[in-house]
This record gives sequence, structure tokens and C-alpha cells, in this order.
Amino acid sequence: MQKLPFERPLVQKISAGLPSKFGIQGKLEPITHIDGIPVNSLIEEFGSPVFVISENTIRKTYKEAYRAFASRYPKVQFAWSYKTNYLNAVCSVFHQEGSWAEVVSGFEYDKAIAIGVEPGHIIFNGPDKTIEDLTKAISQGSLIHIDHFDELYDIIDLADRLEERPQVAIRVNMDTGIYPQWDRFGFNYENGEAWDALNRIMVNGNMDLVGLHTHIGTYMMSTDAYRIAATKLVDLAQGLMRKHKHAISYIDMGGGFASRNTLKGAYYPGSDTTPSFDDFAEAITSAFMKSELKPDDLPLLILETGRALIDDAGYLLGTVIANKRLADGRRSTIIDAGVNLLFTAFWYEHDIRPAKAVSDQTEDSTIYGPLCMNIDVIRGNVLFPLLKKGDHYVIKRIGAYNNTQWLQFITLRPNVVMIDTTGTPHIIRKAETLDSLNQHELTPGHLGQFNV
Amino acid sequence: MQLKKNIAISDTGFLFDPSTGDSFTLNPMGIEILGMIKEGKSQAEITSHITSMYDVVESAFERYFYDFISMLKHHQIIEGNGEN
Ligand SMILES: Cc1ncc(COP(=O)(O)O)c(C=O)c1O
Repeated sequence: MQKLPFERPLVQKISAGLPSKFGIQGKLEPITHIDGIPVNSLIEEFGSPVFVISENTIRKTYKEAYRAFASRYPKVQFAWSYKTNYLNAVCSVFHQEGSWAEVVSGFEYDKAIAIGVEPGHIIFNGPDKTIEDLTKAISQGSLIHIDHFDELYDIIDLADRLEERPQVAIRVNMDTGIYPQWDRFGFNYENGEAWDALNRIMVNGNMDLVGLHTHIGTYMMSTDAYRIAATKLVDLAQGLMRKHKHAISYIDMGGGFASRNTLKGAYYPGSDTTPSFDDFAEAITSAFMKSELKPDDLPLLILETGRALIDDAGYLLGTVIANKRLADGRRSTIIDAGVNLLFTAFWYEHDIRPAKAVSDQTEDSTIYGPLCMNIDVIRGNVLFPLLKKGDHYVIKRIGAYNNTQWLQFITLRPNVVMIDTTGTPHIIRKAETLDSLNQHELTPGHLGQFNV
Repeated sequence: MQLKKNIAISDTGFLFDPSTGDSFTLNPMGIEILGMIKEGKSQAEITSHITSMYDVVESAFERYFYDFISMLKHHQIIEGNGEN
């Protein structure tokens, strides 16, 4: 006799009163395939957990963002924000699409050069550029975005010593109506500091002031903040024209567009509330088009969009280790990826799905990683279907910041796989081994032996 | 292990506890197992019945059974009888 399929017995309390935020959650559709490849076979071939990046999704998202801006403004250039995901393969996809590179450290700068980005198409941001970094960037003609006066004086010095003309812009911070205001980077607009810095550069005469830059924050949901920021930068550009008869070549609006992930504590899912690229583009380009800048002097519009371009392309796949009951009766599911790999679990309610169709029954669950720490929570309070030990899960939209902020804590970092546009998977970062870590360690001779 | 008195269970898996006013839902497997508990069946009897009818081995079933019982106790739907 054929036995009937078994489902775990389940009892759940019906809570009266206000509908909980779970009320708006639909059924969790499983994610069985990524770009046509079964999740099971990806895990079988590349291990568990494993990061999977869809080349197709990167290209599609990039084209969508580019079209949103290029259909509204004649001169648009994206610069890939390396810190968001600087795996060489990922950067190369963006560079093939036409992106320049945006870097914030000597390490990232060297990475962009090593990948083969033309130095003049590297934007060097960040508060910590060493003399060595600045020397490289100046002599190769990269675009240096000055963060503070100490750096400005270093550059003035180096221009003299190297007998080169540094290509510079200043980073401007400002009130765009959002809180908290990011005022620790760059020169302030409202108190006149930005204008002061621009005047000093113009008076010095040994640098080429090529642009103006701002980065008003990250995971920004407000398009109006961008309209305000663009208006203020355009105002500085007009001031430069008026006072110094100087036309800058570009205005760089930085990054910060929210991705479609859901922030912790948000009532509605990010996929419903995040403005589209068209919305952001409309806000920014309308401020440019309303300016008094002459059509011939219209600056290139640069965007350093990070998370909104890559989040959707990344997935984290893995396996359920165990289920437990917490003392208050809630279910806890332990999976094989923790906050060491999924750093963004600290601020997102990540969308985690089963990898195969399961019953409609769900339970209020907390999903924990395998680390021996209380803070290792991948997802708290989610109505999650009943996954058994050994079942696979897929976490969506994890392409941004995880492959750069991950921690090598307790476990080794796993394979990262990219599925190309023909549906073929490639390892783009090999799983770490004990050897790869030990390579960096040195044990003094007197510690070489012990008896335990 | 014994079902608390006065608890009403409908065929569709709706359960009401008049002493607290709490209501619960059960999935079909939950209804079937709670029904057997109500009839006074032992754990061994329940296990042998379920494993013969459904595609689940005894060790796996035992895990889910204990989990289910702990939730019934947590919600005070069954009483322990002092046997644990
Ligand atoms: C200067 C700069 N540009 C671009 C970005 C990318 O930001 P996002 O990923 O929010 O688009 C960042 C990130 O913080 C940044 O600091």
C-alpha cells in the first residue's frame, strides 16, 4: 500500500484583536531555481552555504537604471561603488556595461587598477587617502574627491612636488531634509565651508577643479532629498561660473538609492515602498534642467549607485541544521549561514524562502545562524513554513555589502558562484580553506611545540 | 497525557478552550493525533498507527510528536497527569 504523505502535526493559537504585521504577508513562494538552475544542484555542486550571483540580473538592473537617467538627461555616467561588492567578476560586469569605478581606499583603488579600469575613470572618495594613495591617484590622473581641508593641503603640496595637475572635486554635505544628516564627510554647504574650499582650489591654480560630489546617505527612500541635493550642487556650479568663469565637468550625486529590501521595523515590504530608478532620476535631472547652466556647459551627471544595482542579483543558499522550541513556545530554525556571512541581517528583514514547495502551514519562527552568539539572528518573527533538517533555503536580495562586510568568524567563507547569461555557473571566489587563513599567520619558534 | 476538560474541537481543526477563551487551529495531522489522545490512546499506539499509514519513520515521527505535545502543553490544551 502506498503510504500517505506525512506533515508535521501543528497547533497554533489564533490571536484576536489587531491584525499583526503578519497579516499582510502572503504565502511564501518557494525559490526552486536561480536563472534556470535548480537550487539543489547548486548546493550539491558548490556546497552549502553558497552565494549565488546572477549576471543577468546585474545587467538587467544596470540597464534599467541607466535608461531611467539617460532618457531624461543627455550626459550620464555610472561609477560602480566598489565597497558594495568588489568581487572582480562583479566589478567586471559593471565595467563591461560602461560603469567607471568609485573607490574609497588604497586597496580598492589598486583593485580597480588591477582589474584594468582606466585610471582617469576611477573616482577616489573617502576620508582616508594616504600620501602614497594620493601620489598614485595624482600621477595617474584619477578623479580625487577631497573630503577635508587637511587632505586639500596634502594635495596642494603634492601637486607642487610631483609637478602634476591633480584632477579634483570636493565632497559636499548638506541639509536635504533627512535625519540624521550625514555631515561628517566633505565640506558643508549651508555654513559656507564648501564655497570656501572651492575658492581655495580656484585661487591656488595648480589643480583642475573638475567636479562636485555629494553622497547624502544610504538606503534613501526620499526622492525629494535628491532634488534638494542636486539643486544645491547646481547652485555651487553656477557660483563657480559667476565668480571664476569656471565650468565644472561633472556633478556626482553619489549613491544611496534604497534597494527593494525591507528595513527592520518597516511596516510594509521594501518591494512596495522603494522609489523606482525613474522616480530618483526625475528628482535629480529636473533640478539640473531647471538650472541656469547653459546647454553647452551641462555637467556630466555621475551616479555611484551601489545597493540598488546589486542587491537583487545576489542570493544566499543553504541548509537547515535543526529546529528547536524557544522557552516561550516559538519555533526556532537554525540554518548554516549566520550574520558572519549575512552582515546585512543586522538591518534588513531578509526575504528567506524554502527551496521547494512545502505545505501552506507556517509558524511564528525565528531563524538563527550557527554561530555561538545571541546576536546571530538571520530573521526574527517570520511566519515560516515547516522546514526539516537538511531542507534547503534561499535568501533573496543579498548582493550588496555582504561579500565585502562578511566576517571570517568561526567558519570559513564559502564559494561565491556567478551564473552567466547563458545559465552556466562559475565559481568567482573559492571557498576559503584552513590553509588560506593559515597563510597569513606566523607562529614564533618558541611556540612551535606543546604537549596536550 | 490527557485533554483538558470542556475543550471543543471541530472537524476542520478549530479548537476552543472555554476556560481561557483562547482558540487554536490544528492542521490535519494535528487533528488526527489530538483525536487519538482524546480517545486515550498511548504514544506507542499513536506512533504505530501513524507510521503505518503515513510516509514517516518512527524516529522522525517521535521528534515531531514530542514537539507537538510540548506545544499542546504550552497552550495548556493537554494536562500532564503527572506522568512526566
Ligand atoms: C561615497 C559613496 N558613494 C556611493 C556609495 C554607495 O551607496 P549605496 O550602496 O547606498 O548606493 C557609498 C556607500 O556608502 C558611498 O559612501
